[in-house]
Amino acid sequence: MNLFLDAFAWIFDPVNWSGAGSIPQRLWEHIWISAVVLLIASAIALPAGAVIGHTGRGRESAVRVSGGLRALPTLGVLTLFGLWIGIGLAAPIIALVILAIPPLLAGAYAGFESVDRRTIDAARAMGMRESQIVGRVELPLGLPIIVGGIRSATLQIIATATLAAYIADDGLGRFIFAGLKTRDYAEMLGGSILVIVLALVVDGCFAITQRLVVPAGVRATRARELGSRPSRPRVAVGQPITEGNRE
Amino acid sequence: MITAGRGRLVALAAVAVGATVALAGCSSGDPLDSGSGGDESSPTIVVGSQDYYSNAIIAEIYAQALEANDITVDRQFRIGQREVYIPEIEGGSIDVFPEYTGNLLQYYVADTTATTSDDVYAALQDALPEGLRVLDQSPATDQDSYNVTREFSEANGVTSIADLAGVSTPLTLGGNSELETRPYGPAGLKSVYGVDVAFTPIEDSGGPLTLKALVDDQVQLVNIYSADPNIEANDLVTLADPEGLFLASNVVPVVSDKVTDEIADIIDTVSAALTPEDLVRLNGLSVNEQQSEDQIASDWLAEKSLF
Repeated sequence: MNLFLDAFAWIFDPVNWSGAGSIPQRLWEHIWISAVVLLIASAIALPAGAVIGHTGRGRESAVRVSGGLRALPTLGVLTLFGLWIGIGLAAPIIALVILAIPPLLAGAYAGFESVDRRTIDAARAMGMRESQIVGRVELPLGLPIIVGGIRSATLQIIATATLAAYIADDGLGRFIFAGLKTRDYAEMLGGSILVIVLALVVDGCFAITQRLVVPAGVRATRARELGSRPSRPRVAVGQPITEGNRE
Repeated sequence: MITAGRGRLVALAAVAVGATVALAGCSSGDPLDSGSGGDESSPTIVVGSQDYYSNAIIAEIYAQALEANDITVDRQFRIGQREVYIPEIEGGSIDVFPEYTGNLLQYYVADTTATTSDDVYAALQDALPEGLRVLDQSPATDQDSYNVTREFSEANGVTSIADLAGVSTPLTLGGNSELETRPYGPAGLKSVYGVDVAFTPIEDSGGPLTLKALVDDQVQLVNIYSADPNIEANDLVTLADPEGLFLASNVVPVVSDKVTDEIADIIDTVSAALTPEDLVRLNGLSVNEQQSEDQIASDWLAEKSLF
């Protein structure tokens, strides 16, 4: 029998859709874990990225820190925290937050940095306070890139949240581990397909969001200006600006 | 806009078709079968081992014993799981492989009823396919066992799995996820001993995470291999199994047709000399003192004055 068909047969088998450890239960757990991780990681990384992007300070260290975090193997981090705080959901959530911070941070500071320097100067000349520049100019204009960072982080979280099942009775990873260990490859592949479908659906939602958050004015001029916008130079607030400085 | 959308749809469809073809291509039969590439005319004896340190130590002992008798050995250690290496042995690319009677029997006969050491060994000999045979089983065992902390054992007066039925607090069993569906898992505990347990998966095969969960009382009962030195190191109590819930699992070499009587005699000598206590001690040298398989095997052979 074709394994791929077996996997779909497993997914659509009504037996797997009710009771303890059913597909809806695991799917819900998976979404729940992913959402919690995304919220925690966003609360840490987005404000930090906004400060870095707005002031231009600390960019180098942010790149270094997020690069270092990216190199950490999530299973290793999970085991380390598992040995420290024990089994359950805490260790996988911490490991996934560490996984999610680099793309969120990069998206946030790149989003703020991407805003045309002339626009910010204009805002400042109009008498906007720093907080207004951040909230009304940089955030809306940088939002597509920031959402892009959230999108990339979410995809990684959903794909990696399968590891929660390594030390907790949660998530779609349970199907993958159980299928692998009991040689039930239909279950294993079925579980993987569910993770893929979930990731694609959520990614699709973000793709739409990313398009929707482009401000109307930017959308209108984007076609004409494409590729010619200078990036924002890394200077502290209040210093003279050199146009087009890419450093 | 419409053209771009259509282009993306086509690309998506192409990816979907590609994935289907790729997955269909590798889906006939065992998806983990990497194919065998052995040279059958070679006189070299290929010794393999599981990706499990204790198994690799036993394989290294076989290998050194054979080499001491001027037999050329090719080591193919740390191959992985049973479903990967069994086809390699059947295909003739591996000649000697340390195995465990109970687990191997279950691989071939999932619903076997044999539990004692001799019954399992006899049933295994019947179950093995053409071209494969097992040599004598060793007294050394390495089998699934249920363990509790010393504290839990004394507080509840539990020394046997049967005693668990009298424990009033709720019990959670921790172990690899396959344990949940194995005959000796929660269902077996219920039907054989009348013990109700919840189940928490911890996927490190009775490793440090499992021990930590047990010591922290997040789970009260864990499945650890009986030859694991951590049982002694953490002062755990291995529960007796009077009803034979677990299959006995003695160390046993699985060999191919290339293994002659001369070679079989050498390995049988090793098997007979390896005691259960030896195996726990050898495992301890690996886990606690980080000694190499090579070192452990040669020291043990010297100590037993073999070859």
